[in-house]
Order: sequence, then C-alpha cells, then structure tokens
Amino acid sequence: MWIYEKKQEFPVKIKQQNPALAKLIITQYGGPDGELGASLRYLSQRYAAVTPQSKAILNDIGTEELAHLEMIGSICHQLSKDIDPAEIKAAGFDSYYVDHGTGVYPASAAGVPFTAAYFQSKGDPLTDLYENLAAEQKARSTYEYLMRMTDDPDVLEPLRFLREREIVHFQRFGEALEGVREYLDSKRQFTVKMPKNE
Amino acid sequence: MDRDRILKRLTVLDFLAVDLALYLDSHPDCKEGIKKYNEVVSEADGLREQYENLFGPLFSYRSYSKRDEFNWTDDPWPWENDFNFVVGGEE
Repeated sequence: MWIYEKKQEFPVKIKQQNPALAKLIITQYGGPDGELGASLRYLSQRYAAVTPQSKAILNDIGTEELAHLEMIGSICHQLSKDIDPAEIKAAGFDSYYVDHGTGVYPASAAGVPFTAAYFQSKGDPLTDLYENLAAEQKARSTYEYLMRMTDDPDVLEPLRFLREREIVHFQRFGEALEGVREYLDSKRQFTVKMPKNE
Repeated sequence: MDRDRILKRLTVLDFLAVDLALYLDSHPDCKEGIKKYNEVVSEADGLREQYENLFGPLFSYRSYSKRDEFNWTDDPWPWENDFNFVVGGEE
C-alpha cells in the first residue's frame, strides 16, 4: 500500500505568477517524459522484475516519482492560480485556460492529454531496464530545456532538484541492469519431472 | 519561524533517507551506508514526533504523536505556497 505524508520531498514556494511558464512545466506532469508516466512505468514494470534488488529499485523509484509529480503539480498550481482574467490572453495561457481553467491537468506542453502510450511494460526485465535508462535521460533533458525558459529562482530550485534526481535514478537503474544481467548469465540447473506413461 | 526550521530539517533528513535507501537497494552490504541510514531515520522520526505535536499530523492513518483532535484536514496543504519554507533562507 502507499502512505501519503503531508509534506513535499522538496519545497515549492513561488511568489511570482507566471501562467505561461506553468503551461510549459505541465509537460513534466502529463507529457511524454513526465513524472506520471515515469511512476506508472516503474510501478507496472516491477511485476516482471527477476532480482530482489531490481524489484526494490523499480518499486522505490516509482514511488519517488509520485512525490515529483506532486512537486510539478504544485509548481503549475502556484504559477497560475491567481491569474488576472484580463491577462489570460496576454500571458499565452488562453488555450490551456479554456480547457482546464486554472486546474492542474496531465497534458504535454502542446496540450496533448496524458496517455499510457508514453511508456512500456514489456514483461522482459532487460528490455524494461533499458527503457528506463533512456527515460531518465529524456526527463533530464526536458528539465534542462525547462530551466532555460525561466530565471525565477523559486522555480529553478525545484527544477534543479528534479533534474539531479533523474541522474541518480539513471545510476540506480544501471546498477539494477548489471544485477539482472549477472543473474540471467548465471548457470542454473533445471529439473523437469516427466509425466509417467500410463 | 519554528515550524519552518523543523520542517526544513525534517525535509533534509527525509531526503537523505530516500537517497540512502535507494543507494542501499543496489549496495545492500555497505556497512557505512546502513549506519548512516539508521542515524538519519532515527533523527527524522524524533523530529516527526516534535512536528506532529506542534503542528498537526503528517499522516492520515499513522501517527508519531497522540491525537486529541482530528486536525488532519487543516490548511495549508503541501502543494500550497503557505505550507512551504523558503529554500534560500532569506525573504
């Protein structure tokens, strides 16, 4: 099961409204390399994991991604919640606003709604871990692109934190992959009981 | 503010715990890591009790403190500006 703890993994406290920036950062909520896809990817893949360590890594990173989803949702919420209705158009927030108001909705920066087609759960422990290495790199790139879109330190600090977590997760998935490869290469003996002829 | 100070320390410790736990997933025999993990978690749990006694529950169905009233629903919530402390320290 899961336990919700009433606090953030890393604080989000934004003073300056910026709905146009929220419309970009929402992509890490429900976009192709976002935190929702990351969490569902790892938490779904864990059932096919074969080593105790890779099970733990998928489970624990999948869980941490939910805390990151909360951070991104909080950033988007705080950047857009008090927007002056007269400024919605000028802020470039109109296309998001007509569909979702100032609510937080899982979509990409281009407005494409979240889809599970953003990730795989292939039932092959090696294939899944290779996908995850790529996923962490794609998310890191996205955070770097997003960090170029603002100079607001209140937004940059949590984005920098999230970017660094992608690097740590990449490292852990690499170690998981190493362990799974070793396990699959190890010599094992199988005994098959033959049915008796009647 | 006392709440900011305690919450900040708890956030730091919990982050260390998350990162150490993940490290231990792939390095389960690292004695130094286990020692550090135990230190961090024990200090964090002490702080959790302090935080809950002063500012209300951190969990809806698990408790580090005695609960006299049901104040789980109290504002603010973590996604709101008012809940969080300033990272840099100055404001």
